[in-house]
Amino acid sequence: MILMQGKGVSKGVASGPIYFFQRPDTTISDAPAADIEAEKARITQAQEKSIDQLNALADKAREETGDETAILFETHAMFVEDEDYVDCMMNALTEKGCCAEKAVEIAGEEFAAMLAAMDDPYMQGRAADIKDVTRRILNNLMGLTEGGIDSQEPVILAADDLAPSETLQLDKSKILGFMTQGGSGNSHTAILARTMGIPAICGLGDALKQDCAGRTAYIDGETGQVAIDPDEITLGAFQAKLEKQRELKELMETMKGQKDVTLDGREMMVYCNIGSPEDVAAVQSNDGQGIGLFRSEFLYLATNDYPSEDAQFRAYRDVAAAMDGKRVVIRTLDIGADKQVDYFQLHKEENPALGVRAIRICLNRPEVFRTQLRALYRASAYGKVAIMFPMITSVWEVKECKRACQKVMAELDAEGVPYNKETEIGIMIETPASVLVAEELAKEVDFFSVGTNDLTQYTLACDRQANDLGKFFDPHHPAVLRALKMATDAAHKAGIWIGICGELGADLSLLETFLAIGIDELSVSPTSVLPLRAEIRKSIAKTCTLEKLEC
Amino acid sequence: MKQFTYTITDPVGVHARPAGLLAKAAKGLDSTVTITKADGSKSAAATKLMALMGMGIKTGETVTVTIEGGNEEANAAAMEQFFKENL
Repeated sequence: MILMQGKGVSKGVASGPIYFFQRPDTTISDAPAADIEAEKARITQAQEKSIDQLNALADKAREETGDETAILFETHAMFVEDEDYVDCMMNALTEKGCCAEKAVEIAGEEFAAMLAAMDDPYMQGRAADIKDVTRRILNNLMGLTEGGIDSQEPVILAADDLAPSETLQLDKSKILGFMTQGGSGNSHTAILARTMGIPAICGLGDALKQDCAGRTAYIDGETGQVAIDPDEITLGAFQAKLEKQRELKELMETMKGQKDVTLDGREMMVYCNIGSPEDVAAVQSNDGQGIGLFRSEFLYLATNDYPSEDAQFRAYRDVAAAMDGKRVVIRTLDIGADKQVDYFQLHKEENPALGVRAIRICLNRPEVFRTQLRALYRASAYGKVAIMFPMITSVWEVKECKRACQKVMAELDAEGVPYNKETEIGIMIETPASVLVAEELAKEVDFFSVGTNDLTQYTLACDRQANDLGKFFDPHHPAVLRALKMATDAAHKAGIWIGICGELGADLSLLETFLAIGIDELSVSPTSVLPLRAEIRKSIAKTCTLEKLEC
Repeated sequence: MKQFTYTITDPVGVHARPAGLLAKAAKGLDSTVTITKADGSKSAAATKLMALMGMGIKTGETVTVTIEGGNEEANAAAMEQFFKENL
């Protein structure tokens, strides 16, 4: 038996085989190939495998999501078969004498460049499809598995730490839990695990070794304990916890369909945070009343180029329509800082958390902002969409955002495209500056939503990514809670609602404080909805105090 | 050799999906099918998806479709039908 102690960052107990995340080595060598005919055969093989995969994906898509996605995969299969594209690979092999990987890369670049150079934005957008197809052929050549997990049965995924784009590509149906060497409670692995409602332990350091792969692990995401091949006593303890977890789950089932209201009749809006349209299923199965934070970054992180207006529109529309009239707050792009996207070509910054990120990128690049706003407004015709701007520090920023919205609305009017003129506009309260000018900001918008991770980071001058700040990074700090109170008072004075969409919203030990402050909405990971509801239904708002604010 | 002209009505022009369908349809014929822009500036074999997309044919543009070899009569009719339905 091996015992390890890390930091539990997502609650729950799980057991299963350990699988190490394979970070694909995508370096392609320029070295000449020994046998060109053999390289040609490899390309043909990878080509056939890609076509089979794409046709299988098309069949699956046709059953699950309908024709539109299926046609996309079928078109990709046709790209793979295209004569000129394949000729280009084979010619590269003969002319350059390079390996199959290099030849495929050359052909992909050539055709992507050809489309990117066309004067039609639709065709330029197809360059991303060529890149995607090329990537697939390369993966097949190099024997890499899509989704990163080459296992038939579900596993406990081990890694040093996972980047946001890596977590997006994981095949989530195969993951029982996470354990990482680095990371913190605010890392993307932790956030993903909480959204999925599965345990995660980070900060295991060097104790987590590659040679544990394949062995059976029991992990407890609350205590941070990991046991590999546990002895009888440890096993018994874990099995008891698994049993208790199952019972609690049954109890939570009884909360479905109940209202989020305290014993003395104060209603709370309990919404969900999601990171992609796939997560809507979890919102529905956990009975969330709405979506309080839909992070739009997935659209930007999952591609190699700016997502088109139509691709964004479809994602927003699908979520808005699926939520069937319930509020869906979509946050405009929030990259920069810890979320980097190559094609934005942002300058390297000494302090990216204080650099050009989120709304600052949007205001610097009106064309990127406009594309997203158009997609958002177009989606507003299909449900109750609300638009939220991140990282606000000043009133002028909000005014500029609103002007951009008005411009987009005027365009849609002129084009006769339907949208909802009453679409709510809100901002994130994440910076001390926004708290201090909250009264002025509240006059400009329809709602506030507090991002507690960043608010804590900026208020306490503590890097949320840092592993070793421990006790200094304290979201319960009275300064953070007082900031919440100030923002709430300002919101209510202007007659608008305020919510919390940071991780703190699900912190049951603060529920009484939130009720005393007067928070109207809590947006939490889907799996936190029912436990939060159970707690709200036991509370009495009138007797809650501001004791934790220490003033 | 048989020829006909067709004016594209699809709002996005000859985009990926119909170009793919066209390539597939043309591969199934025993004639060589060539698409040429009205001004003669560009042409491509109908079986070549990327080359078709690379022509950048927009809505409202007129193309000439040439059918050579094999059963030209029937294949020309099939192509004409295809363009009407998909483009």
